[in-house]
Amino acid sequence: MTNNTVLKLNGLAKRFGTVVANEDVNLTLAKGEVLALLGENGAGKTTLMNMLFGHYLPDAGTVEVADADGTLHPLALGHPQAALAAGVGMVHQHFALAENINALDNITLGSEPLLAVRRDRRAAQRKVQEIMARSGLTAPLDVAVGRLSVGERQRVEILKALYRDARILVLDEPTAVLTPQEADTLFANIKAMTADGLSVIFISHKLREVLAFSDRIAVLRHGRKVGEMPTSEADEATIARMMVGADTPKVARQVATPGAPVLTLRDVSLAGRSKRDTLRSINLTVHAHEILGVAGISGNGQSGLANLVSGLAVPTSGTLCVDTTEITRPSPAAMVAAGIGRIPEDRHHEGIVGGMSVAENMVIERLDDPAIQSHGLLRRDAIQDNATALAQAYDVRGPGVKASARLLSGGNIQKLILARVFEQSPRLILANQPTRGLDMGAAAEVGRRLLEARSRGAGVLLISEDLDEILGLADRVMVIRDGALLEAGTQDRGKIGLMMAGEPA
Amino acid sequence: MIRIEPREQTSRAFALGVPVLAAGVALALAAIPLMAAGANPIRAYSEMLRGVFGSVFAVSEMLTRATPLIFTGLAAALAFRARLWNIGAEGQLYLGAMAAVAIGSGALDIPGLFLVPLVIVVGAAAGAAGMVAPTYLKVRFGADEVVTTLLLNFIILIFLQMMLEGPLQDPMSLGWPQSAPILDQGVLPPLMDRMRVHSGLILALVLAACAQFMLIRSVWGFKLRAVGENAAAARHAGINVKRSLFGVAAISGGLAGLAGVSEVAGLKGYLTADLSPGFGYTGIVVAMLAGLSPVGVVIAAVFIASVFVGADSMSRAMGVSSFLADLVVSMALLCVLVGGFLAKYRILRTKRAEAAS
Repeated sequence: MTNNTVLKLNGLAKRFGTVVANEDVNLTLAKGEVLALLGENGAGKTTLMNMLFGHYLPDAGTVEVADADGTLHPLALGHPQAALAAGVGMVHQHFALAENINALDNITLGSEPLLAVRRDRRAAQRKVQEIMARSGLTAPLDVAVGRLSVGERQRVEILKALYRDARILVLDEPTAVLTPQEADTLFANIKAMTADGLSVIFISHKLREVLAFSDRIAVLRHGRKVGEMPTSEADEATIARMMVGADTPKVARQVATPGAPVLTLRDVSLAGRSKRDTLRSINLTVHAHEILGVAGISGNGQSGLANLVSGLAVPTSGTLCVDTTEITRPSPAAMVAAGIGRIPEDRHHEGIVGGMSVAENMVIERLDDPAIQSHGLLRRDAIQDNATALAQAYDVRGPGVKASARLLSGGNIQKLILARVFEQSPRLILANQPTRGLDMGAAAEVGRRLLEARSRGAGVLLISEDLDEILGLADRVMVIRDGALLEAGTQDRGKIGLMMAGEPA
Repeated sequence: MIRIEPREQTSRAFALGVPVLAAGVALALAAIPLMAAGANPIRAYSEMLRGVFGSVFAVSEMLTRATPLIFTGLAAALAFRARLWNIGAEGQLYLGAMAAVAIGSGALDIPGLFLVPLVIVVGAAAGAAGMVAPTYLKVRFGADEVVTTLLLNFIILIFLQMMLEGPLQDPMSLGWPQSAPILDQGVLPPLMDRMRVHSGLILALVLAACAQFMLIRSVWGFKLRAVGENAAAARHAGINVKRSLFGVAAISGGLAGLAGVSEVAGLKGYLTADLSPGFGYTGIVVAMLAGLSPVGVVIAAVFIASVFVGADSMSRAMGVSSFLADLVVSMALLCVLVGGFLAKYRILRTKRAEAAS
């Protein structure tokens, strides 16, 4: 190895019970290099990075990190403090920010002595502003983090790592929540920082950005490293094959003529608590046999729209009709009864009750159904049979239908929700960020199911921040910005991207 | 160096073993103050055991003590299952007791066949009202029910004293703050001759069985568990979270009210301001020891009643303070909390060299 190496992982291994999360993983990272770590959900990417960062103690293997002079030192494992001190910064997929305090305090939190008499806020602010200027990453510093958009929160997380003088930055699925433009900006910023000597590992599912922005690619499958190559020698098909071990099926779609309207919103406004759940006089129609894609930068009213259609929010004004019937008293139960299937954005928080069984989660929306209960008592055999059949039909894998739903992986939780929603043959499907954080196989499955529902005659309202997903699935695209909904009238990435950003197309 | 790491899954045996182990550890730890007090712990524990199981009378006393704890334990366990933190069982117990004497001590002179059920229903309703009110404040205004239910206990206790020196005072009590006795036909019949254990115990056991069945097998229990485990997902799935909360609030308060009814109409016969030596609060310990399972509540209530009754008898036999019982009970709770932590996390010992390198 040249003394250019800043990080070496030697034979790292980790098991959880009988599950092998990582086995004999070797990786190196050079100074100023951007390494993309690829792999399906459950391939062990996050576990590997958590061992590097000291959240997990490896069962075997060592980590070496270079100091400022480029000499490699073994890293004390299992201590995030040691990783931080060695210059390793990590930005998690699920942010670790305190929502009630402002961005500056979040950035400095933990890097100051606990019992300091006074804090030099101004110096801290100067340092952060200097980092912002150098890296191009900006975020409002004096606003409570709870009121920032997801993209801004992520920048705060990266600033937090840079504030601690990180020389190695680990990003866990950094673009899962960003617009294409935001993602491009992020990678441009990363490029600029690597020129300054920062080394970056980023975890991703998206082949396009991996190919565009990394220097080298490493692929994990079933916890092992199955391939590594310079990005210049890689192409999509090769990497995809490495990740899944076989060619991925392309989503096939047929032309369909839209039918009668199944969901109509007329001049609907919603007075939300923040920009993300405020809607301003929107009009929208989803027809049978149609997938309507709603594109937009996160926090522009998508939550409001989703809450409205799933029955969690009551419109301040305007009307909402399913088929031709106006829903006068919206509630989640009323929406389910009207034939709306809902795939929530945050599947852990709103989609499943983690402490209850997979079988129970599969019937949670149809507790009034006489097939599930009689005289207020659960029909346990029916619930069990239903779950076994659905798990089979939708390929929900895990420790069985009687186990807690929280033991399922993210992809399988989504399959559980798909099973629950699609089995009821809904008239309309609300899919809010349905493939966020899913691997290619699971994401393709979601797309296939949505297209299947469309050919069956359902309408689909697809809200997504992943423009590729919208362009791949939607028959018609609308753009949501600042709580207003605009017809895109085009399938052109660039034009839609500009509309999302508020520029005249 | 010691490290703590979350467990992927908690084994069933571990979950069941924790409370048992906790109880054992608490008893073992209590041997230290016993020895400090100059008593031989082995003799002390055998005295305790004899005081609880040594005779039919001893068992009857223990079950008499366990009866209100089953009620208040169920009250806490069901509410806690829905993440509704009812700390007000003590106050609800007194509301139930007041309602019982208001109806049962002469206001209505009707046959026992009607009076007993009426006393029970009215007492439960009074307790239920005592929990529904703070739940309304929680749902409507976001008032933290831990604070409101806890403080209501003191308000109700003072209200009780006012009533016992006013409308509810027994004219024959020579000025003592106590109520008129429950009419003979309104008393919960004793289960055995010359023993204090009464049919309130049967009611408690039946309700525990019902609660267990409803929690696991009914749609109501399904909704309750969903609301407690993840209210956001329950709401998204179309479960009326507020209705579930009000329902469990009424049942939880009602059960606590029944503890009061059972003590007044089954044991004491009349109401004083020291009817309950903290049964409402001990019910929380019972529920925690039971892992919030209704059947577990019965077992935990019997254990804690045994500790109290046994400690009383040991204290008489050996001259050691019966405060030991409180010590054992509190340590058992602490051990269960530590055990619950161990069930969720594993503690790893890392080698010094590895940690320091």
